[in-house]
Amino acid sequence: MPERQISYAQALREGLDQAMAQDPRVIVIGEGVPDPKAIFGTTAGLRERFGGERVFDMPLSENGATGFCIGAALSGMRPVMVHQRIDFALLAMDQLVNNAAKWHYMFNGKASVPLVVRVIVGRGWGQGPQHSQSLQGMFAQIPGLRVVMPTTAHDAKGMLMAAIADNNPVIFIEHRWLHGVTDEVPEAAYQVPLDQAKVLHPGDDVTVAAFSFMALEALLAARALAPEGLSLEVVDMRSVRPLDVPTVLQSVRRTGRLLVADTAGQTGGVGAELISQVVAQGFGALRVAPVRVASPDHPAPSSPFMAETYYPTALTLAHAALALAGRPTDGPTLERLQGALTRKDPHDTPHRNFSGPF
Amino acid sequence: MDLSSPNTLSSVEHHRAMLRIRLVEQAIAERYAEQQMRCPMHLCIGQEAIAVGVCAALQPEDKVFSNHRAHGHYLAKGGSLKAMLAELYGRATGCCGGRGGSMHLIDLDVGFMGATPIVGGTVPLAVGSAWAARLQRQPRVTVVFFGDGCFEEGVVHESLNFAALHKLPIVFVCENNQFSVYTRLNERQPDRPIYPIAAAHGLTAVSGNGNDLDAVLGLAQAAIGRARAGAGPQFLELHTYRWREHCGPNFDDNLGYRSDAEVSAGLADCPILAHAQRLGVAHPDFPAILARQEADIRAEIEEAFGFALASRASGAEQAGEKVYA
Repeated sequence: MPERQISYAQALREGLDQAMAQDPRVIVIGEGVPDPKAIFGTTAGLRERFGGERVFDMPLSENGATGFCIGAALSGMRPVMVHQRIDFALLAMDQLVNNAAKWHYMFNGKASVPLVVRVIVGRGWGQGPQHSQSLQGMFAQIPGLRVVMPTTAHDAKGMLMAAIADNNPVIFIEHRWLHGVTDEVPEAAYQVPLDQAKVLHPGDDVTVAAFSFMALEALLAARALAPEGLSLEVVDMRSVRPLDVPTVLQSVRRTGRLLVADTAGQTGGVGAELISQVVAQGFGALRVAPVRVASPDHPAPSSPFMAETYYPTALTLAHAALALAGRPTDGPTLERLQGALTRKDPHDTPHRNFSGPF
Repeated sequence: MDLSSPNTLSSVEHHRAMLRIRLVEQAIAERYAEQQMRCPMHLCIGQEAIAVGVCAALQPEDKVFSNHRAHGHYLAKGGSLKAMLAELYGRATGCCGGRGGSMHLIDLDVGFMGATPIVGGTVPLAVGSAWAARLQRQPRVTVVFFGDGCFEEGVVHESLNFAALHKLPIVFVCENNQFSVYTRLNERQPDRPIYPIAAAHGLTAVSGNGNDLDAVLGLAQAAIGRARAGAGPQFLELHTYRWREHCGPNFDDNLGYRSDAEVSAGLADCPILAHAQRLGVAHPDFPAILARQEADIRAEIEEAFGFALASRASGAEQAGEKVYA
């Protein structure tokens, strides 16, 4: 019998529900957590089941509320915070960087901060400069934080449950366009490790190490390139800090080619760090220089006209993979790829039925 | 006056606690020039009555958070003197094993949850501690110490709002020493008291003389009692004066940022001397009792410095440990 299919958002909700049922120390707080929209459905029904003391809305006090959660975590609770956009968490950087990340270290391991901060990367429908940043590189710079970006619904549930069980602060980055993507998700509670990449699609010619939503684009590219005789190995990185360099190296030692696909802008990003480590540890295995695919180094504009080419797509990745393998990137191959990979849905929505606004 | 009455005994004990903080700070100041305590140092000389008065009103299970100027708070809550001094010397026996220095103190055994030097950084943590007490149905009260400068931080107002919204068992203690480094209060805040703003957030807020131990104790007992009884968050604005430089062991009045007359008046308003004089008036035996007290404290401090200096330090090879739990 095939496994049950549910969406990424439903998987998150189920993971939260099961974590709260397992452990009375788990509490959930965030702007909109108990409201009718329930953070895109990911917190739906939690207050009804677990009560208003454990499922909180919060004042518009991102930094303060992060501190409240750290203080509660130091006092035996296991808070899960939610920000509907990762951009809002910038208001909380003092508490995240100076307190959450450092408490265990600076107090010599006498206390720790079991805190999960769910943050959502927006995209499309005019989200614009302050609602669609991908800030994983910024968080990944901070020792003491774990930073994860699950891509599949299966991993969303398992990594959320692992993050809640972990004794460290975990920045749990969700991509808004993943919330509706379905996958096989076991009903029972389970955990997925917070520090391991996963091969989503095996291949021999080019390693594509991809983060979050870009892993799905890479999967599309891999399927479209297979009939062209180019075999992509898609590695879903899943974790940003730590980076699972060994899994990427293992792949690169077979393929000799590395393409890194990030949802963020290029400069100073995690893709640069990954390539740097692969070059340092596996230079001899590389047949050609690694390549990054990332967003341009400017903010995302709001207008659908201006944003039309902002995000790299499966076609971008396919093109880059062909170039990396020294294959022709024009002519009939390109036409076939364009036919297979050009989005039929509007470029600024996750799917045809999405009608905004958020 | 009955020398063995509980009130008298606790008055003597408060004197001992204040004098101990004063003498520890003075000993640090004297030895700082030896260049062996290699970390920033914010001494609380002149402000001892607030730490002692507030902590004397707490139960052992109550929690305290503090800031960069934390020595007095830490010692008054019962923090280990040896572990504090060893921390200043960067030794493995320090309360942070050498990872924190003077600005990071902790002693969980006595409910001293942590002191850190980002202004305002621990204020929401204290709210979180009080929130946890509520969720865990525990009767403990949390106290957070901070300064007048900290009151300018947005996160303090976020904290006051949340504490009031949920009627949390917390006491905010604002030590108003008039200075943020060298910047006087009137260059940072309009001409109005601080505590009514906390009241406007919905807290029970009062102000008082932070250099009068008995006054501090009375306000603290009332506030802590109300917080424990479920009356919601409390706010104390306690006026005091920073005797020495913002950071470091010296007097810095040669810099001219405050007048000689003001400094003289500040130093004359000594919380320890005032308390001792009240005791001395109360009974002729007190001067001798206090003299013995001082000798005991000096011996304890000497021993604690000896412990710190004799302790080994962790090496650079351990600097990368304990990043993750």
